[in-house]
Order: sequence, then C-alpha cells, then structure tokens
Amino acid sequence: MTLLRLTLAALLLASGSACAVEFNQFQADRSTLQFVSKQMGVAVNGRFRKFAATLAFDPARPTAATARLDLDLASVDAGSADADVEVVGKSWFNVKLYPTATFVSSAIRPLGGDKFELAGTLTIKGRTHDVRAPFTFSQAGGNGVFDGTFVLKRLDFALGDGIWSDVSTVANEVQIKFHIVAAPAAGSK
Amino acid sequence: MPAKRYTFPAITLHWLMAVLLIGLFGLGLYMSDLPLSPDKLMFYSWHKWAGVSAFLLVLLRLAWRVGHPPPPLPEAMPRWQQAASHGLHHLLYLLMVAIPLTGWLMSSAKGFQTVYFGIVPLPDLLGKNKELGELLEDIHSALNFGLAGLVVAHVIAALKHHLVDRDDVLSRMLPLRQRYR
Repeated sequence: MTLLRLTLAALLLASGSACAVEFNQFQADRSTLQFVSKQMGVAVNGRFRKFAATLAFDPARPTAATARLDLDLASVDAGSADADVEVVGKSWFNVKLYPTATFVSSAIRPLGGDKFELAGTLTIKGRTHDVRAPFTFSQAGGNGVFDGTFVLKRLDFALGDGIWSDVSTVANEVQIKFHIVAAPAAGSK
Repeated sequence: MPAKRYTFPAITLHWLMAVLLIGLFGLGLYMSDLPLSPDKLMFYSWHKWAGVSAFLLVLLRLAWRVGHPPPPLPEAMPRWQQAASHGLHHLLYLLMVAIPLTGWLMSSAKGFQTVYFGIVPLPDLLGKNKELGELLEDIHSALNFGLAGLVVAHVIAALKHHLVDRDDVLSRMLPLRQRYR
C-alpha cells in the first residue's frame, strides 16, 4: 500500500505537477561539512564549522536545481590544535589572502532512485577545478537532506605546498563529506 | 639444580627491548616538542609502531618467563636486596605494559587512530576527547619518566653486582656464552 502510494507520488512528481516542492532554505545548524585526510595512512577527521549554502532543489525537476556553497576556511577543525593553526597558514589555505572557498554547481542529473550527481566548479586558494559528487536526496521532518561525498586532490589547489607537498605523509586525496539540510520554500505545499 | 644463566630467548628479548625502549624514550622526548611538519607526523607514526612492537614483545617475554623462570639470585645477596630486586622487576614489567597502553588510549582520545605499520588498525577504545587526551598524555609522560628512573636504578644495580659484588647477576644476562670470573 505504502509502495503504491510512493509510486503514485513519484509519478505525480515526475509529471511536474503543481505539488512539487522546492527546497531552498539552508539549515546551517543541521548541516555538516566534514573531510577525511590520510596522514601516514591513518584517516584523520576534520570539519568546517561555518559555511553557507544557497540552493534550490525540486526533486521533481532535479536538472533545474542549483547549488552554491561558500565556506569560511578559518572555521576549520583539522583534528588537532597544532593542525588548526597550520592549515590556515600560508602553505595550506592561506586564509589571509583567500578566506573563503566556493563551490558553484553547473549541472545536476538524476542517477535513478534517490541518487543524483552534482557537477560544478570548486575554487580554493584562487584555483578553480571541476568536481563531480554523487549524492542522495531524502526527506526528513519536512526538510530536504542532501548527502554526498567526493574526493579532491589537495595539490590541485596548492594545499600543502613546500615541505607538505610530499604525499607520502599527508595523502593527496582528501575525502569531502557533505550533509546539507534545507527546508522547503516558504509558501510551498 | 636450576640453570645459572637466562635462556637464549630471554636474553634476546631483554636486549632487544632495551634498545627499543631507549629509542622510544628518546624519540618520544624529541618529537613531542617539534613544530608540526611531515617529519613530526612520520616520527609519531614510527613511535606508535615501535610502541606496539614493544607491547607485543613484553607479552611474549612474560609468556616465556612463565615457562622459564629466571635463575635464582645469588645466595649471598641480603634479603632486602633480593626483595628490592623482585620489586623493581615487577615495576619494570608493570610499566612496560602500562606505557604502551596509555599511549594507545591517548592516541585515540586525541582523535588519531593507531594503525600498526600503517596496515593494521587498532580499535579506538576511547572516543575523541580533548581533556582526556591531555590527561593521558600527562600520564604517559609521567610513567615514562618513572620507567627511565627505574631503568637507571636497574643498570646501576647490575653494574654494582658485576663490579663491586663480582657475582654473575649481570653476566648471566649477557649474550656472549663465555664465563665471567
């Protein structure tokens, strides 16, 4: 029965009916942006405490969705007090010159079911590169929840130059995990 | 009649651990004051790998010791010295077990899992907790200075046996199979 209802709902949504809901109210306190670096082969967790997302996502029309993320690099928690001081410095983020990193979406395509792919450009430390991130969309408590991961190569963005450019101690690959919660647009439903 | 010398495995383990513990202590002292750098991360990993190795070796030593009790102390030794010797050895073993354990726990509490040789992950028994991590760091450090003090006493006592008492307490732990005296 539930399945039938879901199927009907999906059909209605897919047909672009008037009951579509656009999620565009970013919920900062429910969203997280974490990363996992590998130091000497050991995964170390970090996160950004301050970031803002501007998004518009209608599950019925995913290809029309847009997303933008601005993150305050100085709000980094790199796993230890030592590392927090180090990564905002010149060899890493150089927050004095480049205080924010920005992601701007270029395309979102459905991969079937609740899976989508987000493509866009990521700019950190004045370097811009294309990124692709698969993500899942779900709804919880009336909010839209976007969960995805992707891997970036830190040296593409000159993160950790000089002595840190040796990837045998700190790996080039850094996994980014985003969990973005957005409420539906006011007045929709 | 009980053996006069330690067994070959006991002698090997003793000296292997002597080298390992001195190296671990020196590296630990040196690395903890370094500014953050790739070298520092490397030294920490080496220290952890060596520490896990020392822990495994001390377990092996204890297991060997159960089946191969050490040769008895010289009859001529005063009772209090025999008691002091047994007490010191018990403490040495206790610290050789406790120190790597506190290092492992401290690592987990600081949010850095221990991965033996970068391959075998040890479970994190504690979650990340800054205060607990700093407390365990202090304990790890204090126990190490305690062990260093006991090792100095151990070495002085061994030399005293060899040079002053002229007994076989040191020579029976030496790797060479020749007779002293």
